[in-house]
Order: sequence, then structure tokens, then C-alpha cells
Amino acid sequence: MARTIVITSGKGGVGKTTTSAALAMGLAQRGHRTAVIDFDVGLRNLDLIMGCERRVVYDFVNVINGEANINQALIRDKRCDALYVLPASQTRDKDALTKEGVGRVLEELSKGFDYIVCDSPAGIEHGAHMAMYYADDAVVVTNPEVSSVRDSDRMLGILSSKSRRAERNEPPIREYLLLTRYSPERVAKGEMLSVNDVREILSLDLLGVIPESKAVLNASNSGVPVILDVESDAGQAYSDAVGRYLGEDLPHRFLDIKKKGFFSRLLGG
Amino acid sequence: MGLLDLFRSHRQRGTAAIAKERLQILVAHDRATRNQPSYLPELQREILQVIRKYVDVDMNAVSVNYEQDETREVLELNIVLPEAATARGG
Repeated sequence: MARTIVITSGKGGVGKTTTSAALAMGLAQRGHRTAVIDFDVGLRNLDLIMGCERRVVYDFVNVINGEANINQALIRDKRCDALYVLPASQTRDKDALTKEGVGRVLEELSKGFDYIVCDSPAGIEHGAHMAMYYADDAVVVTNPEVSSVRDSDRMLGILSSKSRRAERNEPPIREYLLLTRYSPERVAKGEMLSVNDVREILSLDLLGVIPESKAVLNASNSGVPVILDVESDAGQAYSDAVGRYLGEDLPHRFLDIKKKGFFSRLLGG
Repeated sequence: MGLLDLFRSHRQRGTAAIAKERLQILVAHDRATRNQPSYLPELQREILQVIRKYVDVDMNAVSVNYEQDETREVLELNIVLPEAATARGG
């Protein structure tokens, strides 16, 4: 039986797809057979971030409609044998994802995989609902910014009331906070909510803090999940997050300001 | 913190503190309404209708609050009657 993880946020542009790609790659690199699914029907992007956009033949909706079988639609990652991508459809019919259809596909994937990572679209509409409905675990991606924190809290309410686990009175979805685009410099100046502020407001377990990093744009430019950039702060932070998800007890890094020279410190620049 | 920051910080409080305060209030309010039973608005409307049969009160005179802790649920009903409560049709 696979464990199903939804990467969600409510607000758009906070790093859901970047996170889905990084966590899925991280799990697969550690030898777990992992499938990552794009639920953003009509606005597919996970294939671009994963660098497999030119290998898409069939998609999620084709499989649901019985136009292709799951093995025809899954794209095997060229860098890691244990990782497969199921791209979203570019159809404009947003109701193409049915609850039964999604359930059937997840059920089938569950037989051959250890982890299924569901990349949720933004918002709280149908697509986002489908992405979280069958989840066992949820990673709530949040920026240290008021609208993102508020939307994350809204999403937590939905996770606890509208999921299959909630409907069946099963143990609730395990929820984790992943704080992205974090800037310790701005936190020190009192310009940005700190990790502890966000944690306190949302009262969630902290899976990781991803620093604001040039590596993220560089990675998406070239279609390489940022976790593969092992030299980068963001890559290492994602790698730590994967370790923590799997139960390792790792200290949080990149929360403090990088050491600066004497003059820049004197001038506070 | 550099020398310049030392002067800056005396002038104004960081905006992060304001953000935190606003979010704490907002999230607490959102969570309180989220856990309310869905019949609450209709209950409030019907109670108001009954009261207005006897006393001339306006829409804001009745407030219905719902609170929940681990062991109990409290439904609090607060009706503000006008100063000289004039009975209708009497």
C-alpha cells in the first residue's frame, strides 16, 4: 500500500510544484518507488519543472477516461529509476477529474508504489479538492506573508473536514508545514514573519524551511528538481525535509543570517 | 544588526509584528466560525421572527454565539430589548 501525500497551500505561487518535484525526487533517491501526479488540469506545469515536457503522450485525464492505461501515461524519470511522473491534461474541462476516477487511478498506483505525491492546484475549487481528498499526509506550503498564512489556515480547515479520512471517521490527515521563500535577513530586521511566528499562528509540525534562493529559478529554468542541486541551500533544505518526513531527527538549517564581513555589518547593508 | 539599524529600530516597530498580530486575530475568528454548526444563521433568523411577533426589535438585537471546548458546547443567546419594551398590538 502506498502512502498518498498532497502538496497544497490555497494560495498560488508559493512553491507547490517546486516542492512536489523536490520531495518526490528526494523520496525516490532514497529508494522508495514514487509517483508524482499533477492535479492542475488545464494549467499543467509539473512536467516542465521535472524536465519531461517533451515526453508527455497520455495524461491523467486520458487514464481516468480509459483512453490509455496507467503504464502508458506514467513517464519514468531519466535521472532516477524509482520516480514516475503522471502529467495533468491540458483540457479546459475542469470537471474531468471525477472522485471515482481519481480514486481508481490512486488505487491502481498504490499497488506498485510506496509514495504517491499529489501536486494540488491553487485555490479551493474542484481540482484542489480532488488532490487532497484521498490523502494520508498533507504538506502545507506557506510563504511568510499574511495572505499565504491565512490561506494555509483555510486549507487546514478543509483538510480536516472534507477529506475521505474525515468522512469515514478515520485518523485525520497528518499535516506538516513547509515554509518557503524564507529570508533570515528580513526576519532579523523585523520585516518578515519568523518561522516561530508562522508555527505559532498555524500550530503545525514544521517539516522544513526553504530559504529564498536563486537556485530555485535556476532549477526550474533547466527542468531539474532543485533537490538535485546539492550545493545549493534550497536543495539541501529540501533534502532535510525529506529526511524529516521519513522520521529522521534533523536540525533546521538556513534560519540564521549568513556571516558577513566587518564593513557590511557595520553599515547594516 | 548594524549601526544604521540601531537608529532605524527606534523609529518604528517592524511590520512583521503587525502582520503577526493581525493574523492571530483573523485566524482565531476564522477557526471559531469554521466549527460552528451550519444551522446557526437560520436559527438566529427564526428566533428573531418569533421575538418580533411580540417586541419591536431590529436585526442586530439578537446575537447567537456558539462556543466549543473539549467537554461541552455552549449555545449563547443574547437579546437586547428596547428601553421601553412595548408589546405589539397590545
